[in-house]
Amino acid sequence: MKRFIGFVTKEFYHIFRDKRTMFILFGMPIAQIMLFGFAITNEINNVNIAILDQSKDSETQKIINKISASKYFIINDAISSENQIENVFQKGKVKAVLVFETDFIKNLQTHKQAKVQVITDATDPNMANTIANYVNAILQNYTQEINKNNKPSHLIQTQTQLYYNPELKSVFNFVPGVMTIILMLVSAMMTSISITREKELGTMEVLLVSPIKPFQVIVGKVFPYIFLSIINATIILLLGFFVFKMPIEGNLLLLAFESVLFIITALSLGILISTVSNSQQTAMMLSLMGLMLPVIILSGFIFPISSMPMPLQIISNIVPAKWFIIIIKAILLKGATISVIWKETLILVGMTTFFLAVSIKKYKIRLE
Amino acid sequence: MKTILFIIQKEFKQIFRNKGMLPVIFVLPLVQLLILSNAASFEIKNIKFSYVDNDHSTASRELISKFEASKYFNVIESFSSKKEADSQMQTGTVDMILEIPNHFERDLITEKATNLSVSINAIDGAAAGVESVYILQIINGFNQKIQTQLSQYNDANEVQPLNIVTIPSFWYNNTLNYKTFMVPGILVLLVTMLTLFLSSMNIVREKEIGTLEQINVTPIQKYQFIIGKLFPFWVLGLLILTVGLTIAKVVFNVPILGNIGLIYFFTSVYLLVILGIGLIISNHSDTQQQAMFVAWFFTVIFILMSGLFTPIESMPQWAQNITLLNPIRYFVEIIRMVMLKGATFSDISKPFFMIVGYAFALNGIAIWSYKKVN
Repeated sequence: MKRFIGFVTKEFYHIFRDKRTMFILFGMPIAQIMLFGFAITNEINNVNIAILDQSKDSETQKIINKISASKYFIINDAISSENQIENVFQKGKVKAVLVFETDFIKNLQTHKQAKVQVITDATDPNMANTIANYVNAILQNYTQEINKNNKPSHLIQTQTQLYYNPELKSVFNFVPGVMTIILMLVSAMMTSISITREKELGTMEVLLVSPIKPFQVIVGKVFPYIFLSIINATIILLLGFFVFKMPIEGNLLLLAFESVLFIITALSLGILISTVSNSQQTAMMLSLMGLMLPVIILSGFIFPISSMPMPLQIISNIVPAKWFIIIIKAILLKGATISVIWKETLILVGMTTFFLAVSIKKYKIRLE
Repeated sequence: MKTILFIIQKEFKQIFRNKGMLPVIFVLPLVQLLILSNAASFEIKNIKFSYVDNDHSTASRELISKFEASKYFNVIESFSSKKEADSQMQTGTVDMILEIPNHFERDLITEKATNLSVSINAIDGAAAGVESVYILQIINGFNQKIQTQLSQYNDANEVQPLNIVTIPSFWYNNTLNYKTFMVPGILVLLVTMLTLFLSSMNIVREKEIGTLEQINVTPIQKYQFIIGKLFPFWVLGLLILTVGLTIAKVVFNVPILGNIGLIYFFTSVYLLVILGIGLIISNHSDTQQQAMFVAWFFTVIFILMSGLFTPIESMPQWAQNITLLNPIRYFVEIIRMVMLKGATFSDISKPFFMIVGYAFALNGIAIWSYKKVN
């Protein structure tokens, strides 16, 4: 036991000695949470649009005012002919052009119907679709206003209730995601590197011939990272709670338990990577190139999993991050108890056992 | 010149000798491009829809069948009470609950007004916003149909309401195919990550193993050493780009409207910027672990601030100003403009010269900060 403690102390020295890594280890979560909370959002607003008003009457002017008053649009340009549309799109700043037909007011009053064309730059399809929907909503609103005296009968009114996040803050979605990415990459990458590093420098041999058991070597290697990851998770949750008013509805103990479980899953993945790679470079490239994009894209952090094609929905099941994101959102926002998330928890436990079993099988106590 | 060639030869040998690395360099990025491009979409489909029908009338059934017919909704099941539905929302089997009140049909016809209540799981705020738009569209469509049906035999002399029709038209991508948008972006990421990680680990590896000292005592000049070190990764970057563009064209059918030479021209300068960053990181780190960590830190921030996944326009002004420092942002912007819109050199000249400036500045710093003497 004393030997083991000595070994763990050595590991801590290694980590704390490296000031730059320490700085990034703790600066990273803070920087990311701040960026996501304050800067990055997948909402669409402040879109630059241009107007092609072929009618220039009082009615189109009112509509233009409505549009420029909304927070979604900034009117950037007024153009005078259809040939210019291609031109403003090429420059890249303007994302949509509203075209009012000629004799707009006359058509509206005599034929009871007037047309507005919304031409969008659909290189970003999501944005294009959203712009078209927003413009449509603003115009619908406006038509209701001008039809005020002529109230339609048989009206269905819809009341929408937004559960768990009534203000639709995107940060509620991002905090669990960022936490997962950081825990996953820090734990998996750091352990895999620190084990292969001893291999590459030749010090692994020294450790293996020492009286410390190989099992203890691995546990000793992993232990400091459990500690660091817990600190990281705590920082992220505190920031989410105090800076972004993220609710913590569920039980704190359960939250702590699940976080530690996920950290151990990530660490065992790190151990597995280190057993299959022979140089730090391979270990790093495997954990970075292999884990970073799948964790960002397939975990449901940014893109909804239910909209993906079926084969990818199946593949997403082997990404541990997906399950942890489900668990943590349930605890934080829905106040879930273990009876709701036992299935996800079991899956994480299963994955951990699998990674560890494979690592033990592949772990070589002799060097070639 | 001959010296540089020897260093380049050595580097290539080292890359191809490491059998564990080869698949990571060549296969992994392309597999990711193939798989992940299908996943990266903000499109909202298969919304898990459930309902509580307290009315059991023709009208309520008709409304529900509208949801069943829509491609956005998957009707999971009906619940007998709202409470039961809420508990399913809690476990996550249901995303949305439509509650139809008692006497829905009667109120609609005789009282001329009625209520519906909709509950949405809003943890993903952006998705919830889109879902509520879809729901309202379906309900409004149903409502209009009912109105025209009922008003036919009610009051024929009612004034016809004014109507403004919006006609959307989607340029450059009229089927709103998300892949043509994401594939070039993900390709940019893979090229960047690969070259940045490899170059930032490269010199520090020699430092850590101790072979850098041997090179330092040779007559090799600073600039020769650095050019020799970076050239292989520059070639590698362009190679990955080529394979990636081929996949984009052949597998995903992404249009390449602009001049492909322009993309290569830009990439060849862009890679210098990335390699410069890698080199600076390499110069200032003592271990590969450190170098990797710093590289990772910057990549994550660069990716998130690049406009690749989330629109730059929606960021607050100060954050938009920060993105002007982000090389990935320019590459993402330019590759999309050239491929999807057929932009010409004059359209992209501003970001292009920014990148050229960057390349000079960063590589200047890199060569200057590389010390042959410890």
